[in-house]
Amino acid sequence: MKPLSALTLLATVATLSLSSRSVMAMDITGAGSTFVYPVCAKWAEGFKLATQNGLNYQSIGSGGGIKQIRAKVVDFGATDKPLTQAELDKYQLAQWPVVMGGVVPVINVEGVSAGRLRLDGTTLANIYLGKILRWNDPAIQALNPGLKLPAQDIVVVSRTDGSGTTFIYTNYLSKVSAEWKSKVGSDTAVRWPTGINGKGNEGVASYVRQQAGSIGYVEYAYALQNRMTYVQLKNHDGQFVNPDSTTFGAAASNANWKPENGFYEILTDEPGKNSWPITGATFVLMQKIQENPDHGKVALQFFDWAFRKGQQSALQLNYIPMPDSVVKLIEAQWKTVVRSRSGTPIY
Amino acid sequence: MKSGDVRHSLSVSTRPNARVAPWGDVLFEWLTRFFALLVLFILLGILASLIVTSMPSIRAFGFHFLWSDDWDPVRDQYGALIPVYGTLVSSLVALVIALPVSFGIAIFLTEMSPGWLKRPLGTAIELLAAIPSIIYGMWGLFSFAPGFSHTVQPLLIHTLGRLPGLGMLFQGPPLGIGLLTAGIILAIMIIPFISSVMRDVFELVPTVLKESAYGLGATTWEVVWKVVLPYTRAGVVGGVMLGLGRALGETMAVTFVIGNTQHLSPSLLAPGNSIASSLANEFAEAVGDLYTSALVELGLLLFVITTVVLAMAKLMLLRMGRHEGKRG
Repeated sequence: MKPLSALTLLATVATLSLSSRSVMAMDITGAGSTFVYPVCAKWAEGFKLATQNGLNYQSIGSGGGIKQIRAKVVDFGATDKPLTQAELDKYQLAQWPVVMGGVVPVINVEGVSAGRLRLDGTTLANIYLGKILRWNDPAIQALNPGLKLPAQDIVVVSRTDGSGTTFIYTNYLSKVSAEWKSKVGSDTAVRWPTGINGKGNEGVASYVRQQAGSIGYVEYAYALQNRMTYVQLKNHDGQFVNPDSTTFGAAASNANWKPENGFYEILTDEPGKNSWPITGATFVLMQKIQENPDHGKVALQFFDWAFRKGQQSALQLNYIPMPDSVVKLIEAQWKTVVRSRSGTPIY
Repeated sequence: MKSGDVRHSLSVSTRPNARVAPWGDVLFEWLTRFFALLVLFILLGILASLIVTSMPSIRAFGFHFLWSDDWDPVRDQYGALIPVYGTLVSSLVALVIALPVSFGIAIFLTEMSPGWLKRPLGTAIELLAAIPSIIYGMWGLFSFAPGFSHTVQPLLIHTLGRLPGLGMLFQGPPLGIGLLTAGIILAIMIIPFISSVMRDVFELVPTVLKESAYGLGATTWEVVWKVVLPYTRAGVVGGVMLGLGRALGETMAVTFVIGNTQHLSPSLLAPGNSIASSLANEFAEAVGDLYTSALVELGLLLFVITTVVLAMAKLMLLRMGRHEGKRG
């Protein structure tokens, strides 16, 4: 009797766990970009309410996200610097954009309020190259005829930690200044020719707030939340634009997203009258061959949910959601590229 | 019979002990030996993994890594000069400030403080050691640096900065952050370590010795300098090294206030970088094998620097001991 009852118990437990498996909530994991973290957290909240499935996202930075997805520690990685097709092939990863946003130069100059100072790419690059040293330099004054600029030293502030924000920013400077391209270049971390460096958006922001006469760069949402003095930039078409969701969206509408190259697209210095010149996207990376198809499927469902239901929360946090036409391309790619071990598509 | 019983029960109660004791002792000995060796193995393991992981960078740059000030992730060129310089200079500044202050604190607490003040003051100083380093960093960045850049730094620039030679150390714009600020914050962090050790060893000086010195008409200063300090030299050096060790490896507090710049400047007011802070800032985002490996090699250098500092302290103590022997 006794062994029998134990067996029945075991069987019941087994059937219970089997039957509950299909409805059991699952926690998927992601890691990477700090840029996308605020909206990712918001989406995770909504996704949990809708599907019971949770997301554990670690905002450890884009580089960390790439490392973690390569090591298959997480279900997806997120990076602000897209991988090239060669890299994607090498590591067997699929890539697509999830959300877009802007990077804005911020300043702390007495008497100059947000959106008043106008800069162009060359001037910005020359400030960061240490060639323009004072705020009343003729080059800056020429762009701002009506503005009274102080004879103050410029304190240049940059990010010290590797960051997608830095990648987008230096990518822009490389496009608008040949000297920047040859001397410094573009990456998630570079050898800054001058100035001081803070850690993270908040590190840059606190230095800019503290140092009189400083200039730095942060992601737009961060500048907005902290009421920082952003500047106007001259875009590719020669127009001065303020950073906001309209100008980010204008830059994004020019993008030519192609699944063939892993949606590799960098949105800096885009043409268009209203385009904000320092716009970028965050990309998600997933293993092409999913060792744990259940997890992979939930991860894809999460992004599908984010594309369809998460647009409002993205806009609220000053991100630009992906346009529907691009979402169609992305989801079509999931069906062909992301597979289980046996080769069947999981989405 | 009764006495036999007693003897029997005695022997029963002692014999198992006598029998168990040897292998218990052996077990205990091996256990402690294992624990002690474990530390050694972990140390060697860390060293080995540091060396193995930094091999690509060692192969690519060789000894050039040590004196190159180039740190350029875009071109994959790495050199350790700036972080090594920043680590050594900020720790040195910290030591120069912390040593006399800690000495004063310890002397006051052991020789001069009224009895009722000793305990609360001593506890307050030890509490300083319990504050997490990130708090020091944030305080340094948000409270100390702005004030420092408006008051002390302009003063330094306009006075010491004008001196020939030495003036080099105090030139440049008053940013509030930089090597000097990092050194000062570090000094505040290591003062509790150095002063508690000093106080503890000063208290070990036999009262008889001090009283005889006072009896001979010595002043407090003479007692401290000629009796207390020579008696406690080893302990004092130990305390200083403990503080220096902490200063060399401190990460968070330094990251906040050092400026994190890959530029070499003779000025203490200029921003710089330290090994620990480079690692904290760049490791998570480092992409590419050479970049990661160069960062690990920085860690290896920090390991070597700390070991050399400790070894030098030991040597110094040995030498002092020998001199004392000669004098005796």
